Amino acid sequence: MTLAPEWETVVGLEVHTELKTMTKMFCGCANAFGAEPNTQVCPVCLGLPGSLPVLNVRAVDLAMAIGLALHSTIASSTFHRKNYFYPDMPKDYQISQYDLPINSGGYLDLPDGSRVSIERAHLEEDTGKSTHLGGSGRIHGADRSLVDYNRSGVPLVEIVSGPDIRSSAQAHLYASELRGILIATGASDGRMEEGSMRIDANVSVRKIGQPLGTRCEVKNLNSLRSLQRAIDFEASRQFELINAGGVVRQETRHWDEGLGETSTMRTKEEADDYRYFREPDLVDLVPDGAWLERIRDTLGAMPAERRAALRAHLTNPSPAQLDALDVVIDLGFDDYVLGAIAANVDAALAMARAANELATDVDHLANLTSDAFATTLTMEQSGQLSATQAKTVLLELLAHGGEPRDIARSKGYEQLTSAALGDTVSEVIAQHPDEWARYRDGDDKLAQFFIGQVMSVTKGQANGKAVIAELTARR
Amino acid sequence: MRPARQIAHDVQSGVTTAESEMATSLAAIRAKNEEFNVFLYVDEAGALDAARRVDQRVANGEPAGALAGVPLALKDNLCQVGIPTTAGSRILKGWLAPYNATVVDRVIAAGAVVMGKTNMDEFAMGSSTETSAYGPTRNPLDPSRVPGGSSGGSAAAVAAEMTPLALGSDTGGSIRQPAALCGLVGLKPTYGLVSRYGLIAFSSSLDQIGPLATNVADAALLLEVIAGHDPLDSTSLPEPSPSLVAHLDDGVAGKRVGLVRELFEGAEGEVVAAVHRAAEALRDAGATIVELSVPEFRLGLSAYYLIAPAEASSNLARYDGVRYGLRVDADDVAAMNEATRTVGFGAEVKRRIMLGTYALSAGYYDAYYGQALKVRTQMIDAFKRAYQQVDLLLGATTPSVAFKFGAKTSNPMAMYLSDVFTIPTNLAGDAAISVPFGTGEADLPIGVQLLGPGRSEAQLLAAARVLELADGRP
Amino acid sequence: MASPLRREDVAKVAKLARLTLSEDELDLFTEQLGQVLEHAKDIAALNLEGVVATAHPFGLINVVRDDVRRPSISRDAILAMAPDAEDGRFAVPRIIGEAP
Ligand SMILES: [Mg+2]
Ligand SMILES: [Zn+2]
Repeated sequence: MTLAPEWETVVGLEVHTELKTMTKMFCGCANAFGAEPNTQVCPVCLGLPGSLPVLNVRAVDLAMAIGLALHSTIASSTFHRKNYFYPDMPKDYQISQYDLPINSGGYLDLPDGSRVSIERAHLEEDTGKSTHLGGSGRIHGADRSLVDYNRSGVPLVEIVSGPDIRSSAQAHLYASELRGILIATGASDGRMEEGSMRIDANVSVRKIGQPLGTRCEVKNLNSLRSLQRAIDFEASRQFELINAGGVVRQETRHWDEGLGETSTMRTKEEADDYRYFREPDLVDLVPDGAWLERIRDTLGAMPAERRAALRAHLTNPSPAQLDALDVVIDLGFDDYVLGAIAANVDAALAMARAANELATDVDHLANLTSDAFATTLTMEQSGQLSATQAKTVLLELLAHGGEPRDIARSKGYEQLTSAALGDTVSEVIAQHPDEWARYRDGDDKLAQFFIGQVMSVTKGQANGKAVIAELTARR
Repeated sequence: MRPARQIAHDVQSGVTTAESEMATSLAAIRAKNEEFNVFLYVDEAGALDAARRVDQRVANGEPAGALAGVPLALKDNLCQVGIPTTAGSRILKGWLAPYNATVVDRVIAAGAVVMGKTNMDEFAMGSSTETSAYGPTRNPLDPSRVPGGSSGGSAAAVAAEMTPLALGSDTGGSIRQPAALCGLVGLKPTYGLVSRYGLIAFSSSLDQIGPLATNVADAALLLEVIAGHDPLDSTSLPEPSPSLVAHLDDGVAGKRVGLVRELFEGAEGEVVAAVHRAAEALRDAGATIVELSVPEFRLGLSAYYLIAPAEASSNLARYDGVRYGLRVDADDVAAMNEATRTVGFGAEVKRRIMLGTYALSAGYYDAYYGQALKVRTQMIDAFKRAYQQVDLLLGATTPSVAFKFGAKTSNPMAMYLSDVFTIPTNLAGDAAISVPFGTGEADLPIGVQLLGPGRSEAQLLAAARVLELADGRP
Repeated sequence: MASPLRREDVAKVAKLARLTLSEDELDLFTEQLGQVLEHAKDIAALNLEGVVATAHPFGLINVVRDDVRRPSISRDAILAMAPDAEDGRFAVPRIIGEAP
């Protein structure tokens, strides 16, 4: 069921992103995903008696970079303790920022032209992770749980948007644009599947023009797809409830990906009393102008700016070309594409190869220089390589590095280069004197005939454009 | 017992060995520990090892450290690797600390021989060492009386001549009050002067580690060893350890000392008399005595008994049966947490956790905790104003000499009042020292307290030295 | 002397602090905590409008450490201290309810 036309969904998002530091927020243990359980722990992140936190400067740098990218006000801030008992939280309080966050205010402009306000983006520490044994393996019905504290104390920034989002699609767009920004600042790797970006959605519905409705907070949405589905489900649920004469209760709800439903986790009445107070083991954070400037200087262009720069090279782009552009921005392939464009490679071709071939092997990008990418595409464009060959050369470059020409030669693609192609074209012309005569007299359609002949001789490895160039030269 | 400074000198110069000093200490502990219940754990093997390492350094002609071969006792809220560390609580029974507190590293590096861990009020919450889960410590000067607390075990270790030095911690008077009740010198350093890393937290914004000694010079010696910046404590002051021993004989000539009414009013007559005699002694040594009133000090007790429990309620949340210490099994994890804490904590700890939880909870924060933090601001301002007029303040350390067991256990408020003169210093983060000055009822020692602004330890020790001499101790 | 604290307040706080109090303890704590809060009326009643709260004695700022690895501690040593462990992890009875 969808909302009636005069109704709208109102969404505010809380995005938790793990920061890409070497070490945890308050101790020197590694901040790395996937290690053996409880091998990245120490007295501090295990909350052992007597241990004390010391703030990681890199976490502050990255939080400030996020603030700058979101046009926030970066100000003096303090840390508080949020007190509640939970086994994956070793001190039974979370160190977080409360009334004085490092970043407040700001906004994020989305590719569709809309703007979403940012309320705050504050620093806090992550918790450990529980595994549930027995029962369904989920928390409900388990008979015991096992706790791993490797993630405990990993630095997080929680980015809270205003209630400005009006649809699940816009929420998706916001989360994906924010993810791009987090990657661009170097703050996060944006890997939602590893939990390095987690989203809670505050969802309400209202008749357009009316005050905000009562909201429900949907917790722990771990993919953009769940985000969109959960918002749709929750908005419909609330709308149906109101339509049936019911009242939405303010509560925290859990999204079940399998069932495609949200369900009550905790009502407002049973909400915890967190007893926030200033963390006495830490001192105030007072970033001065020089610190801020240092961060500003290291900050590269944000996705919107980069997207505009690349978009300017496309005329009347197709939807497929725009998709390729998004992938290039998401994965940060700007330098490859811009380098190729500077070498006179067609922008759409450069983006297509980056979005399709480079995206398949991002772990080995270090093997591929921007020059090698541009050279390969130049060879493709000039007909020295067919499209299929160019793709093969790119994948080979990613896998093992090297020079495009050497790889082309070693794969036997060399015969197609200039001289070899020229000989083949000459032979085909000699074998078909009548068609050649008609072509010379102006029957352009016969170009396709010659391309076909050359393709069949070369077993499809020739480049059509290059064949035409050879034909034109002889006409 | 010979002063620590003498022992270190004799060990370094080969007059005696660390091993024989250690043996003397161990013999005293063996002889008296059962009666006074001072040590919760004696690390014989570790102490012997440490002593032999010191002797080896001496034999190699290397400097063996400022505390070479000096036996030392640690309050049981200081973590030492591989050593049982309980903070006087049942909830940590059997827990072996897997790391060293910074002060432990420093005393060991200075050649001290750590003999073991001393009894204390549970999680340092108490003023008599009666709240320990391991039974009360007896005052070696009168076994029918308390040694004070919460560092009662450390004070008793020195008073019973088991060790010449001990480390304690002071959150609201827990070094100075037992020092006064056991006839010792005890110093609460400026907040941040000594690293808290490895000190089991009671109230993080108030806790400081400090020395207990038989004489002023030894207190200065030990403080010099443990003070100075530590990158593992964010609240650690940035500068290195101050020079203290070198200033012991600076005296008080030309100094202005404020005799503060609020720091002795309500005390026993004999205590008030001792404070006045101390003022005389300082005047005789060339100080100017100025009578002062600082009414804000009267608010210290209330502010303290909201702030300290509030922080404690959070600091003690981690004792939940999940990662270390006691676990009392139950059906689900929340019930297990509750069962563990209910069995593991004693009544005083529960009382303070309850008080602190209440003071921080929704609806009460502003009236209690929030208000207490503002009183803290006023306290700091009041001290600042006082230090514009005078260099140091003088008052009593405790309202009376050592009291009998059970005298205050049934009435928490009466026990809390034991700390009324010591608390203001903790709230302000300043330094203060208690030094024995005369005796009172039953010939028991009286301590007088000197207070100074932050980083005034050298001045305080010099002034305390003046009183020590005036009291007839060399 | 009217206690500013009610028995049900004490019961609620005990729940929050994860402590079980017997009926007798509830009565005793209500009385004793009430006395402390009664004493605290001297400050609760003050008009401190405009006074800044001090959470910390000294105004240190920006105390940070470099993003540099320090050794972690051995898992065996840590788990040896645990009341219950399994499969390299700390074991606890079932968890009811998710983290807030
Ligand atoms: Mg949060
Ligand atoms: Zn760690």
